[in-house]
Amino acid sequence: MSIALTVNKEQFSVFSDPDTPLLFVLRDELGLTGTKYGCGEGQCGACTVLLGDTPRRSCQLPVSAAAAKPITTIEGLEQDGQLHPVQQAFLDAGAFQCAYCTSGMIMSSVALLQHNPRPTPPEIVQSLQGNICRCGTHPRILDAVQHASVALRERAR
Amino acid sequence: MNELLTNFVPEPERYELRAGPVHHFELARRDFFKLLGAGIAIFTVAKDAAALQESGRARRAPDETLPNDITSWLHVAEDGTVTAFTGKVEIGQNIRTSLAQSVADELRVPFESVRMVMGDTFLTPFDQGTFGSRTTPTMTPQLRRVASAARDLLVEQAAQRWNVSTDKLVAADAKVTDPASGKSLRYAQLTAGQSLARTLPDADPVTPPPQWTIAGKAVPKVDARAFVTGKHQYTTDLRPPNLLYGKVLRAPSFGASLTSVDISAAQQQTGVTVVRDGNFVAAAAPSERAADKALAAIHAEWKSDPQPSAAEIFTYLKQNAEPPSGERDKTEKGSVKDGLATAAHHLEETYNIAYIAHAPLEPRAAVAEWSDDKTKLTVWTGTQRPFGVRDELSDAFHLPHDHVRVIVPDTGAAYGGKHTGDAALEAARLARAANRPVKIVWTREEEFTWAYFRPAGVIEIKSGIAADGTLTAWEFHNYNSGSSGIATPYAVPNQLIQFHYVKSPLRQGSYRGLAATANHFARESHMDGLARAAQMDSLEFRLKNLADDRLRAVFQAAAKSFGWPRAKKQPGQGFGMGGGLEKGGYVATFAEVAVDPASGSVRVVRINTAFECGAIVNPDGLRHQVLGANIMGLGGALFEAINFENGHILNARFSRYRVPRFRDIPEIDVVLVDRKDIPSAGAGETPLVGLAPAIGNAICDATGTRLRNLPLAPNGIKA
Repeated sequence: MSIALTVNKEQFSVFSDPDTPLLFVLRDELGLTGTKYGCGEGQCGACTVLLGDTPRRSCQLPVSAAAAKPITTIEGLEQDGQLHPVQQAFLDAGAFQCAYCTSGMIMSSVALLQHNPRPTPPEIVQSLQGNICRCGTHPRILDAVQHASVALRERAR
Repeated sequence: MNELLTNFVPEPERYELRAGPVHHFELARRDFFKLLGAGIAIFTVAKDAAALQESGRARRAPDETLPNDITSWLHVAEDGTVTAFTGKVEIGQNIRTSLAQSVADELRVPFESVRMVMGDTFLTPFDQGTFGSRTTPTMTPQLRRVASAARDLLVEQAAQRWNVSTDKLVAADAKVTDPASGKSLRYAQLTAGQSLARTLPDADPVTPPPQWTIAGKAVPKVDARAFVTGKHQYTTDLRPPNLLYGKVLRAPSFGASLTSVDISAAQQQTGVTVVRDGNFVAAAAPSERAADKALAAIHAEWKSDPQPSAAEIFTYLKQNAEPPSGERDKTEKGSVKDGLATAAHHLEETYNIAYIAHAPLEPRAAVAEWSDDKTKLTVWTGTQRPFGVRDELSDAFHLPHDHVRVIVPDTGAAYGGKHTGDAALEAARLARAANRPVKIVWTREEEFTWAYFRPAGVIEIKSGIAADGTLTAWEFHNYNSGSSGIATPYAVPNQLIQFHYVKSPLRQGSYRGLAATANHFARESHMDGLARAAQMDSLEFRLKNLADDRLRAVFQAAAKSFGWPRAKKQPGQGFGMGGGLEKGGYVATFAEVAVDPASGSVRVVRINTAFECGAIVNPDGLRHQVLGANIMGLGGALFEAINFENGHILNARFSRYRVPRFRDIPEIDVVLVDRKDIPSAGAGETPLVGLAPAIGNAICDATGTRLRNLPLAPNGIKA
């Protein structure tokens, strides 16, 4: 069936089984491969996207359930060639090694900072607990999120 | 300088190499200029065994076109762009950056003008693979030599134009300058209109570390922006036109064989290609979902044989060891019997090591595409051994080597887990049948089940010390887990150290640090027990028995950073250490743990690691590797273990196989010791090996209980 999606402010009509996970529609139909497959059971966070302003595991989200709200993927964060402050903070902190988890880490962090502009370190840990990094970049990711929090607040001033 | 150090070549472990690869060299020099445009190209010829072992072979395959001892090449284009070629691959360890730093440094050009072409069997020199922490000690010098030869050639060109002697000229900032006349020519001017190829002997010496200008600096990761924007294309992200998605029918258990299969229903599905070839049954379809549906429509019967289970694995390994084969796996010195006879204290222990999974976040994947006439095959895949996978494909499809091209996009990590070409073979087999490109991406469950594991093992140690704490005897047997890091760095006059091979019930292979983690865990835990027996401080006991200055230095550096010795301030608090040397790197790790007296839960509170691997090429990248090794090591130390029963993996998911997450991460302090007087060694693995014993020793300090299994405390410590 045909399903209307709004992804990164663009309208798409995709022809897909309604129970197809959003992840596969994004990657294979729309070519938005920045969102990664890591486990298929919502355990690793590599496929995290924003549905409205809520972080969702796109491997667990049927495409039909994603039609209601705008979807933001890693490709939608950059504006006019300017990195999102969270992306910039990850870049500045060198918060990636193989970087396969990075999209999911950034999307989860963007969601956190939207809801909680001044997270404490334990709050950051709590909100990223569902994101796996196998290379062991965690300390730099925590630094990056704290720096992004400051940058976002400065930008909002 | 010590000859041993300058010629240091880490020996690959038996699990690192499955089969000896055949050297091959496809790119004719003509093609080289066609590909990269005019300019100058330098090829260097191996002059020592180390280089040959890494990037060339003595034997010449029939389908080779160029001399087989060429180890590296480099191109300087007419616009001054430098392209260096290596068969090594980028898997998150940051060598795309560190190698480019060394090339830029040696060629005297800005870092930004160097591009690395990596892991492409048509474009890069033969390479055994990216493993064993060998890139930095062996590939860096090779690339430096080719860059140095290119620099010499550029200087020569300028000298000819100016009719002066080369030794009067200076190469710097991508220019050759004659200080006497003040004249200078940019490299781009010297290469313009040229198509000059030279084969030169490895130029030696290269720039020594104290004179490095670009190497030795914290240069940020190349292509970093592509990673934070999601633009980088991993193998799993590739989508060539007409792509089909492949799925493989897996056996219900290890060792099962297919007795009957009905593929007719699947074949009738629209757009589906089904292949049955021996035990291999797979489907390709226009979407992943369609491929899954096709697979679900296949009816197969399998015959399974009983298989060993996790519950009896350690007994199994001990009972099924093969008789020792020759001296390769054995080191003997003095008489252990005599050493034990004179000892004041004895200690005899057995340690067990579980199988663990690499679980790289990007699963095994490949995209395969055949030429229209099916004579040529191109495969993109995340592997640590592009040439090894090329050979596997070449064998499987009976193709000459130069008809198979393997390209490795920068990969979502490997940790020793991506040596083989499983996904590549599967995708290629399907693509041949479907007449279209096919992508295979293993599911997480396949990754946990059908990839190989870090070997399980049993380690037995028997030792003795004199009343003053001096080691008198050391007997160490490792069953199956491997021989890397098996030698003790401590001075013992009487020792017997032996590796015992066992046919593993589970598929096993390389892993970050491989057996060094197990061997260090057992040795350094045992050393702690001996220190207790001697009633000596653990650090003092180690230093007393340690002659190696580099290892002493990292122990002392880590102790200082950690604040050893420390007084316990609350119940459940414990401190411990572990360290050693492996693959040219020296590590000491100190850990603080907190054991909850009520629940028995173990938390690692702090880790201090000191690491030394000679001259540091990129301190930021190195620090990150040390951090990452410690964090990855936390899992294997505390809770990771593959659970299996009669041919089934019982925990093939992240929800059942616990890996370190943010809440597990302690405070970590890394002390880097920079030795500019010593050639650089690799750093991807060795920083991991001190952690498990440091944690085990800290737990023993906190509770008085010696834990002798890895993982140490998957369910906490039972009171």
